[in-house]
Amino acid sequence: MITRRCFLASAACAAPLLSVAGRSVFPASVTVEKGGTVEARYYEKLPNRKIRCNLCPRSCVIDDLERGYCGVRENRGGTYYTLVYGHPCSIHVDPIEKKPLFHFLPASRALSLGTAGCNVFCKFCQNWEISQSRPEQLEAMEIPPERMVEMARRENCPAIACTYNEPVVFAEYMHDIALSARRQGIRTVMISNGYIQKKPMLDLCRSLSAVKIDLKAFSERFYKELVSGELRPVLDTLVLLRGEQIWFEIVYLVIPGENDSRTELTSLCRWIAAELGMDVPIHFTRFYPQYRMTNLPPTPVKTLQEARKIGLEAGLNFVYTGNLPGDEGENTLCPTCHALLIRRLGYTVVENRIKSSHCPECKTTIPGVWK
Amino acid sequence: MNRRQFLHTGSMIGLGTCLLPNLRQAAAASTPGQARVVLAAAGVDPRQPDLKVLGSALDRGLEALFSRPAPQVWASLFSPRDVVGLKVNCLAGRGISTSPILVELVVDRLRTAGVNPGQIIIWDRLNADLKRGGFPIITEAGRVRCFGNDVAGYSRRLFESGSVCSRLSNLVAETCTALINLPVLKDHGIVGLSAAMKNWFGAIDNPNKYHDHCGDPFVAETCSLPLLRDKIRLTICDAITAQYEGGPPCMPQWCWPLQRLILATDMVALDTVAWQIIEDKRRQAGMASLREAGREPAYIRTAAGLGLGIADPVRIEIVKV
Repeated sequence: MITRRCFLASAACAAPLLSVAGRSVFPASVTVEKGGTVEARYYEKLPNRKIRCNLCPRSCVIDDLERGYCGVRENRGGTYYTLVYGHPCSIHVDPIEKKPLFHFLPASRALSLGTAGCNVFCKFCQNWEISQSRPEQLEAMEIPPERMVEMARRENCPAIACTYNEPVVFAEYMHDIALSARRQGIRTVMISNGYIQKKPMLDLCRSLSAVKIDLKAFSERFYKELVSGELRPVLDTLVLLRGEQIWFEIVYLVIPGENDSRTELTSLCRWIAAELGMDVPIHFTRFYPQYRMTNLPPTPVKTLQEARKIGLEAGLNFVYTGNLPGDEGENTLCPTCHALLIRRLGYTVVENRIKSSHCPECKTTIPGVWK
Repeated sequence: MNRRQFLHTGSMIGLGTCLLPNLRQAAAASTPGQARVVLAAAGVDPRQPDLKVLGSALDRGLEALFSRPAPQVWASLFSPRDVVGLKVNCLAGRGISTSPILVELVVDRLRTAGVNPGQIIIWDRLNADLKRGGFPIITEAGRVRCFGNDVAGYSRRLFESGSVCSRLSNLVAETCTALINLPVLKDHGIVGLSAAMKNWFGAIDNPNKYHDHCGDPFVAETCSLPLLRDKIRLTICDAITAQYEGGPPCMPQWCWPLQRLILATDMVALDTVAWQIIEDKRRQAGMASLREAGREPAYIRTAAGLGLGIADPVRIEIVKV
């Protein structure tokens, strides 16, 4: 059994520390544009040197010399710049199951990177040391997209994961990494809160291979009070992903007393079934006290198992429990014959019986990206 | 000795005042339940303020605020044991930043009050901001230092006040025992007014999270962080040049020579007066009020509600000298 302490030690909350290890493993040997800035791609110029950012639903209107809510994009004389392009502060090689993506290249390694900044302000953030920081407050490396892809290839990683902080805030960097990686036969995935405008998300769909969306609750109240964001745009992103037919999975962090009511979970699962289909995997993951929510206990195991049951009752085919190593909800079962397809323990794939995307028993096609 | 030499050498030490008692309790000479805000005329060329004229305004202003001779005020507010942080506001560059001449005068008065040059730190968010405002970056010990939070760093600890949760500049959290607030007076495109309280967004690591709803309640809650609030001894707002539209960047077409220093120990009262000054100027210019423009600085009233000061104009005594 993996203890909570072990789990947290190996989880993404250690990302700021990983940058130190990352530096020794991946020495920065390249330079980027002067001043470490690249012009942002999603904004419009307004009178008096103001700009409006069109990257995320906040649509920040930003005066000269000011930054957006994310803290990593700055208006300089009426031109908007991203300050994190080519400047990851955390790099590590993770199992893809850690993202978590359970139907995407199981048991593969993903070169994972993050920068400073986030476009929301979750009170329960596990990576707040980097996500709530500005670029100048963190030690960062200088790694252009091509160099990142080269690192992935050298580390035998078939995938690059943009993760740790919110990748939307480094959309340009992620996009260019994904394009470069695709030319090298490497896939790129985005681990995101889905709080992004339509145009940049559509552009990213052209280069990404998979997306994981953190759906933090199914109520606007929760998003307003605990996330400083909105639910509706995230749901819109999920519907968009469905329409674009890019592979995506959903994570729902179950927080005791905040988003764990049977009513809310039932509404959520029914919405997924109706709007996204039965085959979208959803992971109900365990909350641990973090950041500004240290007053709550970890999610009871029973609550997670109950959430999984609600998902299955709603007709969803792939409902998982997460952050609960050893629970049967970690495994993938065939939705038709219920045969065990993938047995997992934490982030480790113990057994994978899927053959050419099919159940070996009843030949049902199992949705996902398997090779 | 020119300004640069002054800031670099830091050679004058008021040894005679070293033994003065630390009377931090000194407060502006307003009656209980009231606040006093002083507008000190400083008829100087904004591009090159005259040291004597500005020094006179500073001294007269302090004397009017505390009803005591200026040297006594400095000595009662600051002890030779204090490490004093001077928080300037240089975001907008030379056009609308805290005047280095004013800062030089404050440094001089502190040293006369017995504060060692090595215990005086001029600071802002970033070195780049300070440079834009005309301040040299100085980090050597034993001299008056001048650097940004990018040099000082931020606390590991999180500080919370209402909806605000931030790391404080190490200068506030650890280094300084006393703070002097040296803001400018300008319009702000999101929160309406940037003067005394808004200047402390430069003391936290994540101000970008706190501009929604015109900065309300975030500006007030930032100022109510106990570690910060308890160290602020005085606010001297540089309103030699002020700006009534287009801030926070400098927009020369909307700047005007107000030629005042605004002094208070009550930041809420100072901001209340500053807001009125901006509104008066906007009215003269035929512009909409900040409320009509959708950016009324409601955080001022919120700050009063938090007990940080007085926002009721009736209870604010404005003294012009």
